[in-house]
Amino acid sequence: MSLLEVADLSVQFRTPDGIVKAVDGVSFKVDRGETLAIVGESGSGKTVTNLAIMGLLPNKIANISGSAKLDTGGGSVDLLKIPSSDLRKIRGRDVAMIFQDPMSALHPYYTIGHQIIEAHQVHNQCSEEDSAKRAIELLELVGISDASKRLNAFPHQFSGGMRQRVMIAMALVNNPKVLIADEPTTALDVTVQAQIMKLLADLQKELGMAMILITHDLGVVAGSADRINVMYAGKIVESADVFELFANPQMPYTHGLLASIPRVDRPQLQRLETIPGQPPSLISLPAGCAFAPRCSRKSEVSGSACDLTMPALVEVSTGHSSRCHLVGSVIK
Amino acid sequence: MFGYLVRRIATSLAILFAVSFAVYAIFALLPFDPAALTCGKNCNNPAIIEANRIRLGYDIPFWQQYIVFLGGLFAGRNFGEGAAAIHCPAPSLGYSFNQHECVTTLIGRALPVTASLAIGAMILWLIVGITLGVVAARFRGRSADTASTIFVLIGTSLPTFLTGLLLLVFVVIKWKIIPFPSGNYTPLLENPFEWAQILFLPWVTLAFASAALYTRFVRNAVIETLSEDFIRTARAKGLSEKVILRKHTLRAALAPIATMAGLDFAGLLGGAILTEKVFNLPGLGRLSLSAVIEYDLPIIVGTTLLSAAIVITMNLIVDVLYALIDPRVRVAS
Ligand SMILES: Nc1ncnc2c1ncn2[C@@H]1O[C@H](COP(=O)(O)OP(=O)(O)OP(=O)(O)O)[C@@H](O)[C@H]1O
Ligand code: SF4
Ligand SMILES: [Mg+2]
Repeated sequence: MSLLEVADLSVQFRTPDGIVKAVDGVSFKVDRGETLAIVGESGSGKTVTNLAIMGLLPNKIANISGSAKLDTGGGSVDLLKIPSSDLRKIRGRDVAMIFQDPMSALHPYYTIGHQIIEAHQVHNQCSEEDSAKRAIELLELVGISDASKRLNAFPHQFSGGMRQRVMIAMALVNNPKVLIADEPTTALDVTVQAQIMKLLADLQKELGMAMILITHDLGVVAGSADRINVMYAGKIVESADVFELFANPQMPYTHGLLASIPRVDRPQLQRLETIPGQPPSLISLPAGCAFAPRCSRKSEVSGSACDLTMPALVEVSTGHSSRCHLVGSVIK
Repeated sequence: MFGYLVRRIATSLAILFAVSFAVYAIFALLPFDPAALTCGKNCNNPAIIEANRIRLGYDIPFWQQYIVFLGGLFAGRNFGEGAAAIHCPAPSLGYSFNQHECVTTLIGRALPVTASLAIGAMILWLIVGITLGVVAARFRGRSADTASTIFVLIGTSLPTFLTGLLLLVFVVIKWKIIPFPSGNYTPLLENPFEWAQILFLPWVTLAFASAALYTRFVRNAVIETLSEDFIRTARAKGLSEKVILRKHTLRAALAPIATMAGLDFAGLLGGAILTEKVFNLPGLGRLSLSAVIEYDLPIIVGTTLLSAAIVITMNLIVDVLYALIDPRVRVAS
């Protein structure tokens, strides 16, 4: 089996306004050493998908179904089914996660050394000194100079990019099998963004771990992802390996995302396209294709299929599937 | 940190100095003749009044009076001359003609009462408030939370004097569990049991409303902290809920509570007038109250200054404490 196999994952939130269908029937696999990118607009369910896998959703209001099977080496476990005490042993050891905003993700009252050592100590029976050595090793690995001294620094003494490096060091301290990076560069300057992306790609090769990279910017993942899942309104609408997706996008939404990436091979003055309109409310989703209200190509589909029936996710070619009534008639 | 401390202490002293002048000025400029007040309500003997005016130093201009007052604070002060002179040793805050005692002696007797009352009550309300607040936050929306909400409502809506009276009527008068307050006070070191017996109901009375208030604050602070990103990070690391609550949540949630408790405590040390009155405790509150009723100016100036000094000192302590808890404050300062 693959390292991580997510099948038919759905997440619904009970809110005062109604039931929010944040994630609906999402399935994907991640292999060892592979980088899977999850791309989509804000609110498409990227974060919720991964928080569900990590068991980090508030269970009082979140209704989670489906499965997320992780191969721990000693057999496969379903992260959505095991008791929370078992899941806690996997969190931070087998599956680690870094978050969008490094400014608030670190505890302001504890030194970064303390926080990294703590992450190591939960999962290892070793002395604090050994954990400290490991922390220094990791800080050096993520490119923080003078690591043994910086151990005693507080988060507020670091810049945003440096804090994200600290977060990465903390996530990698137990050599996880899977690293989930939720928009790790969104809150950072453009130049720092590139550095962090390169660092993540390098580390992933060096350590051979699998990575799930969440972003709303296809341009960010072009260089580092192996596969891409495009999400829209809680569903996967297109999935392909990176070259195939860029060369041969099937779904108009993917098209739109691609058209909004600045590219050097296009004339400078040509304006970037953005997709007009807003994603639908997740409380009252349309009966048909969720993208229909914004789709410029639905007139090409006969009848009112786009508004009436939800297109299925169908395989276009090996390893490439798409959720659109147009599939088959190649979009160019 | 050291430089910060030195700076803070220097500013506190400067503020205290300014406050002392303001307090002194306010009371000196009130339209009362302090000398006339010294000889009793029905006194019409101008000779006594003039003699007292000179003995108490009210005959010299106001700013000179202030300097003499300051001098007394550092070196002690004599009131009158010769054999009839009364000496109030440093730090002298003046002499009360009504009570025939130095103000510092009066305060020295009342302060331990009020301090015992305030410290005991604070410990009580912090234990109750923090425990109930954390439990309510941890079990939000469940019955423990509802129960704490009811407690908060009752505690914050019952006025202190009513709580005190209810306790007095039931515990003391009806059920006779604790003897009726005699108006005396037994120091802790003399007889700890009697000390606690005298103070127990006042502690409960004072702590009740604050405990309710702190329950609400702690509950909200804990809930807010639990939704912070760094708590999600702690969970993602695989830490247990116990560690997340005790180590990661409480320290951040309780930092503002520590500030609040320090300032509330300082306010109480100035005298808990209602509680002291209801339970007939000879504390600072009662001393100030009777001084106000009798226009006993030296006592009023003395207790007001003391309260100001306590509040300023407590502010300093609270800020230093905060800097110790939150490293961001340390560096910024
Ligand atoms: N705790 C919650 N209660 C109710 N609704 C929630 C909760 N968490 C997320 N949602 C909803 O679920 C939907 C998906 O959110 P999610 O955070 O997964 O989006 P995203 O794709 O990560 O977007 P972004 O790019 O903004 O991070 C959103 O509409 C959001 O409002
Ligand atoms: S199914 Fe119809 S509306 Fe949806 S993306 Fe395809 S063409 Fe557009
Ligand atoms: Mg997100």
